[in-house]
Amino acid sequence: MDAESIKALAVAGTIVLGAIFPAVSIGWIGSSALKAIGRNPEAASKVQTMAILAIAFAEAIAIYALVIALIIKFVA
Amino acid sequence: MEEISLKAQQLFSISGFNVTNGLLMTLIASLVLIVFFIVLKSKIKMVPGKLQGAVEMGMEGLLGLMESTLGSMEKAEKYFPLVATIFIFILTSNLLGIFPGVGSLMFHSGGHEAPLFRSPAADLNFTLAFAVISVILTNIIGMASVGAFKHLGKYINFKGPIDFFIGILELISELAKIISLSFRLFGNVFAGEVLLTIISFLAPYIIPLPFLFLEVFVGMIQAFIFAMITLVSISLHTATHEH
Repeated sequence: MDAESIKALAVAGTIVLGAIFPAVSIGWIGSSALKAIGRNPEAASKVQTMAILAIAFAEAIAIYALVIALIIKFVA
Repeated sequence: MEEISLKAQQLFSISGFNVTNGLLMTLIASLVLIVFFIVLKSKIKMVPGKLQGAVEMGMEGLLGLMESTLGSMEKAEKYFPLVATIFIFILTSNLLGIFPGVGSLMFHSGGHEAPLFRSPAADLNFTLAFAVISVILTNIIGMASVGAFKHLGKYINFKGPIDFFIGILELISELAKIISLSFRLFGNVFAGEVLLTIISFLAPYIIPLPFLFLEVFVGMIQAFIFAMITLVSISLHTATHEH
């Protein structure tokens, strides 16, 4: 197990593990947004704005993991 | 395959200050916006033509969104320049970063070569500057609106041990907001650039189309998100609690 292969494993592991929970949470947010709109179509645009905001926050975590993976790969 | 670099590459240096390809693209984006709006302003008419009508529609849409978040139209008009500038500038730089030629035209000088243009938000300096400006300005807006001591009292209050720790947490959360804002925009745009580079390397014809659509969409969403987060923190800081 030399340094190069550990580094490659670290890059892959970071992005794999770091993308699971954001994916689950984005699906959860989308599903509750759909339920809310289905119950109350009048509030659709408010729910949509809030849902887009929440999805961006959740996706940011996956982006942090991606940036760490890129840093490990390209900057030693 | 061309190398992918986390930092913006230096093109040349003017007496010690190195001009990078990200800086060049930022200047081009600013120039495009300045020229567009100066030309638009010089042709303003009472009965708007198509272009002026479209711009007015966009501005009114943004104002309406701000009013529904902030509560009153006069607050929306007061903080409109900050939020609209953040949105329009980041949107323009993201869209300009997908143009053909960005990332592919190479610049050779003295042995090393680098892409001539690079998406502005793919440089962490750009996004960090925007995040710092946004957080500092929203705090100054909060201080100007509810008073300096009351605003600072949210962060440092000695009413009790729990309140003290909540204040410290609020302070740390503001710093975390700087980091999260900058890294969200940087990560999205940089990852999009890397994705487009790799896909164009693997399958240059037709296949990059859906990825280009994704990049356009992501660029628009990220500009909107940055502006919305700024707007929401302005509304939180200027909230006058009426119970």
